[in-house]
Parts: sequence; C-alpha cells; structure tokens
Amino acid sequence: MFTDFLYVLRAYGMKTSLNEWNMLLEALHQDLNNASLTEFYHMARCILVKKLEDYDRFDQAFVEYFRRLESMDPLPPKVMKWLSKTMAESGLDKDEADAAWENKTTDEIREMLRRRLEEQKEEHHGGCKWVGTGGQTAFGHDGYAPRGIRIFGEGRLGRAFQIAGERRFRDFRDDSTIQIRQFQVALKKLRLLSMRDDGRKTEFNVDATIDETCKNAGMLSIVMERPRKNQTKLLLLMDSGGSMWSYSELCNRLFQAVHRSNHFKDLKIYYFHNCVYDEVYKDPACAKEDSIPTKWLINNLKSEYKVIFVGDASMAPEELMELNAGFDYYRYYAKSYMNDYTKHERTGEEWLKALRKHFPNSVWLNPLHKRLWEFDNTTWTIRRIKSIFPMYQLSAAGLDQAVLKLKRGQE
Amino acid sequence: MQQFSGSKDYIASEELIRSVNIAAALEKPLLVKGEPGTGKTMLAESIADSLNMDLYIWNIKSTTKAQDGLYVYDTVQRLYDSQFGESGVDNIENYIRLGKLGEAFESEKQVVLLIDEIDKADLEFPNDLLWELDQMEFHIPETGRTVKAKKRPVVIITSNAEKELPDAFLRRCIFHYIAFPDEELMTRIVKAHYPDLKDDLMYAAINAFYRLRSLAGIQKKPATSELLDWIKALQIGGVTEEDMMKHLPFIGILLKKTEDLQIAEKEHVY
Repeated sequence: MFTDFLYVLRAYGMKTSLNEWNMLLEALHQDLNNASLTEFYHMARCILVKKLEDYDRFDQAFVEYFRRLESMDPLPPKVMKWLSKTMAESGLDKDEADAAWENKTTDEIREMLRRRLEEQKEEHHGGCKWVGTGGQTAFGHDGYAPRGIRIFGEGRLGRAFQIAGERRFRDFRDDSTIQIRQFQVALKKLRLLSMRDDGRKTEFNVDATIDETCKNAGMLSIVMERPRKNQTKLLLLMDSGGSMWSYSELCNRLFQAVHRSNHFKDLKIYYFHNCVYDEVYKDPACAKEDSIPTKWLINNLKSEYKVIFVGDASMAPEELMELNAGFDYYRYYAKSYMNDYTKHERTGEEWLKALRKHFPNSVWLNPLHKRLWEFDNTTWTIRRIKSIFPMYQLSAAGLDQAVLKLKRGQE
Repeated sequence: MQQFSGSKDYIASEELIRSVNIAAALEKPLLVKGEPGTGKTMLAESIADSLNMDLYIWNIKSTTKAQDGLYVYDTVQRLYDSQFGESGVDNIENYIRLGKLGEAFESEKQVVLLIDEIDKADLEFPNDLLWELDQMEFHIPETGRTVKAKKRPVVIITSNAEKELPDAFLRRCIFHYIAFPDEELMTRIVKAHYPDLKDDLMYAAINAFYRLRSLAGIQKKPATSELLDWIKALQIGGVTEEDMMKHLPFIGILLKKTEDLQIAEKEHVY
C-alpha cells in the first residue's frame, strides 16, 4: 500500500524487516490507529523501532515520507567545524530575538544564511548577526531565535522547523556522543572473547556434577570446566592537550567507563600531550615529576596488551615529524638546555610507529567527527596517524568497531 | 479485550498506554526500556491490576537460564526419594517443577507475565526463548508432555540496556522507551502517591529534584522512585517549605555518590 515508506526507513539506516512490516500491516488492518495520522505515527514507531538509537532515524524518515520536507543543501564542512565547538549560552534577549526573527519566512531566512556564509570568514560565538554558537540569530546552534535553521547542534525549544519534526531522540543516536553506560557496554564486549580462550579445565562445577551424577543413577560423574577469567590487559593512552579541552566531557565519560570496568586483568592509564614523545605521564597535568619513559612501556609491557589511544590527532605537522619539536620538549627540555643538554630520541611519529609495532592490538579513538578528518591542513596529522593506527570516531558506534578490531587482532 | 488506561497509583503517559494496547491487540510481547526508576516494573503490576488479571513475575539474574522459566526436572529429589522407596518415584511428572513461564501458560485465566530485567542474563538468553514466546508453548522431553498456553498471557519485558538484545528477539517485540517524566507528569505522579501532600512542599521538592538532575557532571541522576522516597521522608520529618529554602534535608536519598554530593554542594543546591 505504501511500501515505499519501508524503503525510506531502510534508506535512513533502519533495519526494518518484513517481519515487523507485516506486524504493522496487521495493526493497520485491525485499525489500531483509529484512522489518525498521529496515532499511526506512534503505532508505527512502537512496532518498527526496536532501539532508542533508531527513534531519530524513524522521525526523520517519517517526516520525509509524510511531509516531503525540503532540506538544506549540505553545508560547507568548514561551517560544520566551527559549529561543532559547543559553548555555554550567553545572556540572550528573548524579546529582541523574537522581534527580529519572528516575521521572517523560511525562504528569507535561508537566503540570509546563504549571504552570511558568503560574507563570514571566521568563527563566531555569540552575537546577533553571524552564523555561530550561542547567539541570537536564526542560524547555528545552542542559541535562541523564534524560528530558524539549526546547524549541527542540539535543538533548543524544538523550533528549528527545518530539522525533521522535533527529533527529540537525536541525542540517543548511536553515532552521536555517548553516555558512560554505553561505553561500558562496548568495553564489556572486549571481555567476552577472552572467555573463549582455550585453557585447561581446572574448575570443579558442583551443579553440573550433581546433575550428571543423578542422570547416571547415582554413579559419581565429575564435571570440570574452564575458568571464566578475563585475560584482557588494557593500556589506555589519553591526550590531555589544549585542543582536547572541548572534548573533556566526552573523554571523561570514557575514562569513567574504563575505570568502572573491573573486568580487565590489568588496566594502565597514561597521558600524553598532543603526541607521544619520549615520556608519557601518570597524571593528566603531564608534569615532569609524574613521567615515565615511553621506552619503559615498550620494554615492560608485553605485546598482549590491547592499547587504546584517545586523542584528536590534530597538531602542527612539525610536532609530529620533527625531532625535539613537541610541546613536551619546549616545556621541559629547552628550559634545562643550559645545564643539562638532552634531546628527544625520536620524533613523535617514530614513537607512534614503535608503539604500534610492539602492540599490534592497538586502535586510535578520535573525538573529532569523522567528517572533519579529511578536511584541510590542520588535519594533515590526522591522516598521517590514521595510516599508523586504525582510527575510529569516539562514539558508541566507533567504539564498537574499535573493540571489534581489538578483539580480532591483526588481520 | 479490555483497554489499559493507567491505574490509580500508576500514571502512564499516553504514548505508553498506546503501546500497551497495541502490544495486547497484536499479541506480541512489549519490551520496555528506560532510565532506572522510571517505573518499568510497576507498569506490569498496574496492567494486571487494572485489567484484573494475575501477575507472574520472572526476575532475571545473571545466572538465570531460559530453561529455568520453563521447567526444572528435580533429579536430586528423585534420586533421594528412590533411595528411601517413596511412592511415585517412577512417575517423572512428580519431579517436574514448572517455572514462571510454565505457570503462566498453565493458568486457566489470562494473566500478565513480567520478565524483569532480561538484559541481566547471558547474551544468548533471549534467543533461547524465541520459540516459546512466539508459539506460547514448550515441550518436556522427560515426560513427553507439551505445555501450551490456555490463554495467551500479556507479556511485558523490561530491560535496562545493560546488554544489547539480539535482533531476532527484537523483531518479535513491540518496543517502548519510557522517557523521563517532565515536571507536569511528575506532579501528577507525586499527587497520585501522596494525595494529602501540601502543594507548596510538593512544588519545592519537585523543583529541587529537577535542579539536582540538571547539574552538570552528576553521575547517578535521581529518578522517580527516589523522589517519591524523598518526599515520604520529608513528610515524616515534618519538613516545611521554609526549611527547604534554607537547606535540603535527607539529600542522601536522592544522591547516592560522594562525588555527586560534592558537586551539589559546590553548586550550592543544598
């Protein structure tokens, strides 16, 4: 009847099968929606959607199919990047914004946005005119305006009418940011495979022994099992550099999740600044007193450690490629240059390669959105590091893939 | 089939009521997810209550196996009895104990079956129940008997999203996510539980509750059940609205973690 809706849903990434589709048709047949579209929306949603993460996909598909909303042309990636930086809301004047924007039509607003994008050459946060975060124009995100076009942020007041309906479940999508719980679930998967390790059957199973003995008419029949102990050892290396501040909340959640996961046989967490050089640090402040040599990691930790790097991998190319160019060097070595001449042994890239060689089960999680990796000069180092480590976005979906990669090991 | 519409002490959102009735009409299990403390378990009680049906609760633990819900063959008892020559040992049927699912199937009247916190069990657990929930029957090989539902029970399954449920299982369910109640719905919920509560105190408490929930960095946000406990404590302690302005008493009922308490203290919420 309206079978193409099924294909719209699937195009939005839902895995709706004929099974559920038939269920929906059955419900329609019984007229459970009382011939109302709103009721149909709820009915279709509870039958077709099986995960919180898919609510948003469903909302979008529903709007596309039933309202045929026109959508904005894709925005230039540069604008996306500015907007991806979230910012606290500054004092906004609701009345002023209302007066300025309420009477504008969609087309007018869209036309203005086009002109602004042409004029605007830099980032902007707050204010009444430009595209940016926390301001009062109808463009951008986290701000307030009675109507307008939301770009790349969380919706406020549900009034950005171009974004499909209200999309209340946007934040639950598995490709957006995640909660501690979701991290934990993903990390748990890292544990599972270790249970399948072939070991000797050394544990006595009381219940199974009783069962077997009874089935055996009272003749003792002993059941032994493999111990279900987790063998996973994890090394977490986190970037605590300045450019990571915008992601501190996200990284904090990952950190908490790793910390709470008490199922690792061993867990080590160290910090670095932008890139790993001769030292890593026990503390996010990266103070010299708390450092341990990177060489020590390679010499003392066995290759069986699984390693997760967390960092935006964004730095000046020379910080990665040149000797003594890293931030650490300027901070600690250059100062003591007069009395104690020391030099870094290797460049950042060489260190990363050495770590990769020693720890074949390693991945890099990048909080920066995947779309921004292939972007301009500032992300040159991302591409470079990506050629050393398999890189995934720090999101529920990305972490899942990373864990899968870690579990499978080298292919 | 009667329609579910919430009950006196359980205020359900319209969306939830719709989902329950759709699941009942299609005879599919209803899978309910949501933050802890949003009344997932209470829902089943309320349905049973308002439709006047018996409720069977199968609590899932990390060690629960699908078999436990169907039946258990008590071999130890049989072996024990056989050694003392008790009568009836030759009849295996005497040693078959039905689990919650089995009991619900055997019931003469239609019942509500709650499978609580299904995600606590092993990853494969839901898959082991596919056939039983689809066909509402299972076979006992030891006795050759098939247990078939006399009246299809209304099945409610809750999950805290601790583990992902398998797709094959999800495909057979109607899904509903209980969103956290907004202030308006919360007011109704509180009123349903404490009809005698003074309005001033209630608004002050709800206000403080949402303020605590909105604090950045809170690890374990207080939920509905904690709010209800807290209000009860406020009532018993004879706290007035003026006291609430100065200092939030019994804060430990809402915030369970030292870190969270510190955040609340820093932000001067209490």
